[in-house]
Amino acid sequence: MAQEQKQPRKSSQDEATTEEVVESDVAERKEVIDDDVDAILDEIDDVLETNAEDFVKSFIQKGGQ
Amino acid sequence: MGTEVEYGISVQGLPLANPMVASSQVVNAYASSTVKARRARWDFEEESPLRDARGFDMARQVADPSQLTDEDLGLANVILTNGARLYVDHAHPEYSTPEVTSPLDIVRWDKAGEQVMLDAQRLASQAPSAQPIVLYKNNTDNKGASYGAHENYLMRRSTPFADIVRHLTPFFVSRQVVCGAGRVGIGQDGREHGFQVSQRADYFEVEVGLETTLKRPIINTRDEPHADPEKYRRLHVIIGDANLAEVSTYLKVGTTALVLAMIEDRFITTDLAVSGSVASLRAVSHDPTLTHVLTMHDGRTMTAVQLQMEFLDLAKKYVDDRLGDDADAQTLDVLGRWESVLTRLEQDPMLCAGELDWVAKLKLLNQYRDRDGLEWDDAKLHLIDLQYADIRPEKGLYAKLAAAGRIERLLEDPAVESAMHDPPEDTRAYFRGRCLEKYADTVAAASWDSVIFDLPGRESLQRVPTIDPLRGSKAHVGALLDECDTALELVSRLTAR
Repeated sequence: MAQEQKQPRKSSQDEATTEEVVESDVAERKEVIDDDVDAILDEIDDVLETNAEDFVKSFIQKGGQ
Repeated sequence: MGTEVEYGISVQGLPLANPMVASSQVVNAYASSTVKARRARWDFEEESPLRDARGFDMARQVADPSQLTDEDLGLANVILTNGARLYVDHAHPEYSTPEVTSPLDIVRWDKAGEQVMLDAQRLASQAPSAQPIVLYKNNTDNKGASYGAHENYLMRRSTPFADIVRHLTPFFVSRQVVCGAGRVGIGQDGREHGFQVSQRADYFEVEVGLETTLKRPIINTRDEPHADPEKYRRLHVIIGDANLAEVSTYLKVGTTALVLAMIEDRFITTDLAVSGSVASLRAVSHDPTLTHVLTMHDGRTMTAVQLQMEFLDLAKKYVDDRLGDDADAQTLDVLGRWESVLTRLEQDPMLCAGELDWVAKLKLLNQYRDRDGLEWDDAKLHLIDLQYADIRPEKGLYAKLAAAGRIERLLEDPAVESAMHDPPEDTRAYFRGRCLEKYADTVAAASWDSVIFDLPGRESLQRVPTIDPLRGSKAHVGALLDECDTALELVSRLTAR
């Protein structure tokens, strides 16, 4: 992306093409980020205790400092 | 300085299990598998029971065994070769780091404590007929109970306590934006739904006081220096959250130590006092957008992040003024990270999700809310909050984020692993730890300020005081310990001096 911005923009047609490239690049990156989020949530889904409600309810502590 | 962390404890399948029994099982399991031959006891001689909740332990120790209703638990209170103390405090297993001199060493020995607890939990769970025990490095059960993660800082006795209260209170009201651990639930029993920055804020009720278990004060006045009381006080800080993120812990103690140094040197001349400290503490915690506006005594208004920036600016001037080009790399690193984190917190707190506990936790919670359409009262979000602090690498969500490279680490695993056994080299913890390691059979007891030997052929116990926290370092006694094959030789040479 940085390289593209450095190229001199000779015509409006060129500019349109560049913008298109940038847009698709952003979309691609968004997809990567979404995949990334999905990947960590999948991983965490696998280890989360089952029956969240009971689990949370049964975590009872005596006081401390 | 040092930290002490009480861990949440749960016996799987038995929510009503006696937590003192379970905590003792954890500590004893570790002690019997790790601590050599004779198990050195904690020496309470220098502690002040009437001024110290731990006096309860002392009563147990001196009581006739028949007077103890839970006598089969044994003495769940041991000293480790890294100089740390592992014991049962109230209804929780607790690990106190050895004394160290830098924020990064706090991170190292605090993280080593997590590994000690992990080993202890696994060993306790392996015992015949034992139910699996799980430990959590957090501070509340969200049902009204809170347990602490304390910090201790050695300070000059000559510093007026009023100065400490005046300058440290606004610092503590605001520092949670950096070192909060994040919590799902508002109010002591979590009856209101929502996310807040700190685990502990809702449990603080007064500005200054002695108590640590009820009517908790922002500034704790416990005065028990474990050192020469003429020269030193130990500032006992009870307001912090238990952190898992290394950057959170590093900045928590690093920035606090800088502010304390400024107070000792009378460097702070401006008044940064906040109106209504206790209410402000909670208001800051209850606003994860960090836009809550604090009103200062002098009428100015600013956010908690801006108040932290006031302290940062003072600290930068202080370091430049007092140390200039001689400032050590770690001090400069603390200042740089502090500035970087505050700048980003002001732009968008989420920019710190790779460093700070509360932001990392909130980001994860928001991802679940987005994906699954969850409201803040959903049990799954409470579970994520709780399981973030599960210390098992296969279950803990902090551990998962760190393993996936989503949270910055400051230390490599081997450095943490070696700190489970090795003491720091630049404090008296070195002498204590090496004695425990080398003369295990003859160390009868030890504490922060003494090591007590039971020597063959001597009728009375030999007490070696370690009253100065900076003596007993490797530079002082390393060669001596190397040369002495027996404790008898060591004590003879020490007393001949």
